[in-house]
Amino acid sequence: MSFFARFAQNRGALIGLIILLLIIAMAILAPLLFPESPWRMVQRPFLPPLSQDGFPLGTDTMGRNVASGLMHGAWVSLLIGLVSTSVALLIGVPLGAIAGYYGGIIDDILMRFTEFFQTIPNFALAIVLVAIMQPSITSIVLAIAIVSWPPVARFVRAEFMSLRHREYVEAARLVGQSNTTIILRQILPNTLSPIIVLASLMVATAILLESALSFLGLGDPNVMSWGYMIGAARTVIRQAWWLSFFPGVAILLTVLALNLVGEGLDDALNHKLSRER
Amino acid sequence: MVYARLILMRLLKAVIVLFLIVIFNFLLIQLASGDPAAILAGEAGAADQEFLDQLRERFGLDQPMYVQLWHYVSGIAMLDFGYSYRLGVPGFDLLMERLPATLLLTGTAFVLSLVLGIVAGSMAAARVKKPSGSLIMALALVFYATPLFWVALMSVVVFSVYLCWLPAYGLYTVGAGHTGLALVLDVAKHLVLPATTLALFFMAIYTRMTRTSMLEAAQQDYVKTARAKGLKPSIIQRRHVLRNALLPIITLAGLQAGQMVGGAILTDTGFARPGIGPLNVRSPWAARLQPTGGHFLLLGGAGDCLQHHYRFGVQPG
Repeated sequence: MSFFARFAQNRGALIGLIILLLIIAMAILAPLLFPESPWRMVQRPFLPPLSQDGFPLGTDTMGRNVASGLMHGAWVSLLIGLVSTSVALLIGVPLGAIAGYYGGIIDDILMRFTEFFQTIPNFALAIVLVAIMQPSITSIVLAIAIVSWPPVARFVRAEFMSLRHREYVEAARLVGQSNTTIILRQILPNTLSPIIVLASLMVATAILLESALSFLGLGDPNVMSWGYMIGAARTVIRQAWWLSFFPGVAILLTVLALNLVGEGLDDALNHKLSRER
Repeated sequence: MVYARLILMRLLKAVIVLFLIVIFNFLLIQLASGDPAAILAGEAGAADQEFLDQLRERFGLDQPMYVQLWHYVSGIAMLDFGYSYRLGVPGFDLLMERLPATLLLTGTAFVLSLVLGIVAGSMAAARVKKPSGSLIMALALVFYATPLFWVALMSVVVFSVYLCWLPAYGLYTVGAGHTGLALVLDVAKHLVLPATTLALFFMAIYTRMTRTSMLEAAQQDYVKTARAKGLKPSIIQRRHVLRNALLPIITLAGLQAGQMVGGAILTDTGFARPGIGPLNVRSPWAARLQPTGGHFLLLGGAGDCLQHHYRFGVQPG
């Protein structure tokens, strides 16, 4: 059975993939459908949804188009989710690989270091980091990466520990391959599929974190994001529920879709593993 | 005796971690851009050079870095958490004033999420291939994917604006002058929405963990033995499977406790509760001399202590 057929067997994963593709389409189409900046005042404020053509989701407290903000926000969420996850993998995978492969005192030091970061509550650390570096896309990406690499390191370490005494690794060592070659070319490829699954779930968490930061007013002030839209509408929730409602649904759907896709990938990739071994 | 030494080791480790957090904190604050003396002078409304120098001297900002670090560490050790210039109170007092609201919220949410999560998870494990089991897991996934702060706002709209069942904001009704039992009830009413909001997310995690853990435990030999003995499935689930499945869940729940304090920041903000959350958000802006550090330390410390305490409680010896 092909990879996609196995993936599609999980109906939830298929639904997740469709939602995700729609959100990606939203992000791509945003500049085409709404070429104007989402920050521009285009109508009178507090226009309810469906009350006027061109403003299907109404306008916010400053008369900005909610639909436009939602579409432009999709791009920001996906971008921050993807980039911060990649940075977290770049920190976590090498640390975990080294700790798991070499073991002993190196492992001890690296793991204490990892535990230290795990001790501090994620969200609190992210807030302080963004506040100190001044809110911008770069600082948000860095902050999210810094709080989300420890689970990656621990996971990769566990995988390496279980694989480092396998026969093919021993054989590679016997042939005289260097440690770096063994790590990069023998063990790492065998840990990739669970890392991919982990990464898809991390993108979801990163999007949640970003929206929470923006909600608190720690988002990039130049970029329209879903969390910012909810945060800005917080004080007028009694008069205009829709201002917070739609961006929230967007976040919920994106995170849900990524989780479903992650589960589907897990099914598809694990199946492959169990068949090949 | 082994027990006592174990406690001592754990305490020592906790102290070391706390010390590292203090240093980490200091370094973070050093990274913050902006001259704190200038910020303070700006807030005070005066900015001549003499005043700036005076401020620098007063707070030791003219000293070399290691001296500053020493002042910082020894200050924290004596519970001196800086001074909030905006509110005009010492950082420590500010924290102590805000802490009860946060502890009440996180404590309630912790118990609620753990109990509901374990119940839902074991129900899902017992109905593994049935639609009802899948429904529980789907709900858990939705709760997991929903942003906390959004649930907070939406529950205010539904339950307090439209249905008028519960109060929306604050810790208690200001100016009502409740005492005794009436006050307790009032505080409890204000707690329902925030605690449920915070609990939903963590409940989703515990539900998934419980289900996985129970399905694993159900594969064990002693479960087969129990089944062979002819015990009722419900008794096997409760006495044999659940009991053994609980251990890893409670350990992991302890690890999550620190994260819950992080989630409380959002819930506090969403419901405008006077917890330590909003403090955390505002403090870093006003640079080094504000109580950010102390607060941060407290969070980290609380998380760490809880973890160790918890693991200790679950895995004695």
